[in-house]
Amino acid sequence: MNAKITNKQTSQTSDQPKNSETGKKAGAGGKAFQTFLIPVLAVFTGMVFGAIPIIVTDPGVIAAYHNFFQAPGAALFASWNAIALAYGSLFLGAFGSPATIIHAIQTSIASGNSKPLLNAIYPITESLTAVTPYIFAGLAVALGFRCGLFNIGAEGQFGIGALCSAFVGYSIKGLPWFIHLPLALLAGAAGGAIWGAIPGYLKAVTGAHEVVNTIMMNYISFNLSDWLLNGPMKAPGFRPITPVVQDSAMLPGFFPYPSRFNWGFILALLFAFLVYWFLFKTTLGMEIRAVGANPDGARYAGMNIVRNYVMAMTLSGALAGLAGATQVLGVDHWVGQSFSSGYGFDSIAIALLGQSHPLGVVLAATLWGFLRSGATNMQSMANIPLDVISIIQGLVVIFVAAPAVIRWIYHIRLARTETMVLTRGWGK
Amino acid sequence: MSTEINQPIQKKSIPRNRLVSGLVLIAAGLLILLLFGIHLTPGQQATFVLTPSRDNIVIPIPNLVVSVQIAIYVLVLITIFLGALQLARGIRSTGILAGIVGFCFVAAFLIWSTAGQSMDLVGMLNTSVVRATPIALAAMCGVISERAGVVNIGIEGIMLSGALMAVVAGTKTHNLFVGLLAAILTGMLLAAIHAVLVIRFKVDQIVSGTAINIIATGATNFIAARFLEVNIALFNNSGVFPTIPIPLVAKIPILGPVFFENSLMVYLTLILVAVIYVILFFTPWGLRTRAVGEHPKAADTLGINVYLMRYVNVILGGIMAGIGGAYFTIGSVGRFDRQMTNGRGFIGLAAMIFGNWNPIGAYASSLIFGFADSLQVKMQILKIPIPSEFLGMAPYLVTMIILGGFVGRVHPPAADGSPYQKE
Repeated sequence: MNAKITNKQTSQTSDQPKNSETGKKAGAGGKAFQTFLIPVLAVFTGMVFGAIPIIVTDPGVIAAYHNFFQAPGAALFASWNAIALAYGSLFLGAFGSPATIIHAIQTSIASGNSKPLLNAIYPITESLTAVTPYIFAGLAVALGFRCGLFNIGAEGQFGIGALCSAFVGYSIKGLPWFIHLPLALLAGAAGGAIWGAIPGYLKAVTGAHEVVNTIMMNYISFNLSDWLLNGPMKAPGFRPITPVVQDSAMLPGFFPYPSRFNWGFILALLFAFLVYWFLFKTTLGMEIRAVGANPDGARYAGMNIVRNYVMAMTLSGALAGLAGATQVLGVDHWVGQSFSSGYGFDSIAIALLGQSHPLGVVLAATLWGFLRSGATNMQSMANIPLDVISIIQGLVVIFVAAPAVIRWIYHIRLARTETMVLTRGWGK
Repeated sequence: MSTEINQPIQKKSIPRNRLVSGLVLIAAGLLILLLFGIHLTPGQQATFVLTPSRDNIVIPIPNLVVSVQIAIYVLVLITIFLGALQLARGIRSTGILAGIVGFCFVAAFLIWSTAGQSMDLVGMLNTSVVRATPIALAAMCGVISERAGVVNIGIEGIMLSGALMAVVAGTKTHNLFVGLLAAILTGMLLAAIHAVLVIRFKVDQIVSGTAINIIATGATNFIAARFLEVNIALFNNSGVFPTIPIPLVAKIPILGPVFFENSLMVYLTLILVAVIYVILFFTPWGLRTRAVGEHPKAADTLGINVYLMRYVNVILGGIMAGIGGAYFTIGSVGRFDRQMTNGRGFIGLAAMIFGNWNPIGAYASSLIFGFADSLQVKMQILKIPIPSEFLGMAPYLVTMIILGGFVGRVHPPAADGSPYQKE
């Protein structure tokens, strides 16, 4: 145990002088600048590296490279075409065509009919719809990070939250919307909270690492939801899906069908502000951050570590549960198999990219939603598997977590930044 | 780290601990009685086949036939007796206690579910050994790198990539050994990336591992969608390592068919576990590895190259994870499916923790997980009135219980997970 403490101290003390030394050189303005510069460069670099699998697996490009020496220009041109098509369709899918939008604005103003405009901005509203759960899930992971907890279980919490709010949404009938909708949202939050609280409690009391336990909770939730969707919660019919939620439990949309853009987005922004206020303006939030920054110090200052770990994981789970709830009540209106698939890893990337700050999370989630939404279009238009986004995402995580790599690539000098402790060994 | 945090909770007075665990044991006994002991037909028997009929075994062992009612009551009594003993006198080793109670529970469950039927127990144990293989290899990866002080949570991703590369290389060259080699090289490459990130760039070890998992999932899905699912014959049909009974030892009753009638992958795993154990605890290299994981500064002072030791061990671990990945394709089904590792890498980490970072212990715990796995398959065949999804949860629940330290305490290497900065 002594060895552990001294080791930790040495690693801290040995980091700090280096930071302050180089920090002076970079100047005072460097810190704020780099806070934004590093994530932006990380995303850019991720997309550059992400282009590699697109190029090397493109049938046209492979064919062109077979006679590279006869026609090197054609091969390079084919590579460029592949990237341009991929990222071009990604952009179109995310934002729609700018020309169409401008044209639609003109005709809408001229004719007073909003329909063409709505059609033109449909890709943007779809992207914003996709952003909504990312904000919630990203906030969930970010809140955990602030307490020094790594919540990989957002996926399970998302799924359980979705199932809970779907259950309240379809099983209770005849309530007015202003009771039914909050109730359904609350159920989602509660489900996620329970799913998060268990690993939090285990971490606090037994020291079992939350990373492995949240992953285990994920797999348990997948099995549970498979069982529920094939049994107790199955809608009549052959498909393993829940019944459609009541109208009174749905989050109302802004625009008529087929737009799915709904009040969930506003709710997400509201919660981002609430999390900001909670973390930075309340005593409880300060305690969570103190425990995250230095659990020993926090304990000597009289803070209750167990309570803070449990509280942080419960709130984190609740936010992830709300992500599932808004997705069910606002977008899909029913839950099917692998409903939460991918949200766990996405939310980690978003929280890291957003530097665990609610504002950063909103920005990162916006980027993510547009990327994902555009990727669907990329898959259908350019025939590039959606999974390339996961590769980009993993690279972004690495680059954000290892700013040294980004600095090394772009020759950026180190600014003095606070290093945030994300995780700690296995415990015990 | 959290040792100090947890002290107030764990240093409770011993009698109360004893009281709680004693009561838990008695409750477990009553639970067995409640779950499996009521609604039994008197005189019903359960048959466990110990000699598989397909083999021409020299010494045939007669089948184990037990009376369901009597056997379950005996198991309940054992559990309750242990609980009472714990209350009265206190038993030092909670690990052994938990082991016996776990055994009683599983045995009661097996007997209850086979009531009036017969079950191929040897076949099931053999399946457990086979299913334990990837878990054990993941655990070995964990043991090697964590003994050197580097947490590698990217095992899952490494195995997934290894699985894919093994099947592609195996199909392309029509040689499974080339496939295995490809998996090993993939494992080494990904582990090396992890090593560079956490040792050279001091990235948070768990974040780096997670990133590897994300990229591996994305990349394997991407490649599967682009090639493997498009042209199965060309990329995704490798065949598997055949079952080779080892002469002589395969004839040993029970042990023979369980351990020595398997494929090369299983034997390789057994050998690797033994080799890693010997290397870790009986060679200078092992001593240095452990020193680097326990107290890197002291090791450095004594002239051990901490960075080099960590690099090499993490990459050696990558080899294990690569072989573990190869098991999924060229060791079992001969084709790659998306996300086919299904959390086995993480369960391997749990097995490592349960085995207290000791290769032999980790292998033994892998066997438990393998048993839980094969039990799930068996239960579906026996048509037990429990949804298979609940049995599917069992390995993960067991992992959480183990990690919670409810079964003995864990002692990770002291410097596990912390970067080292040479001064």
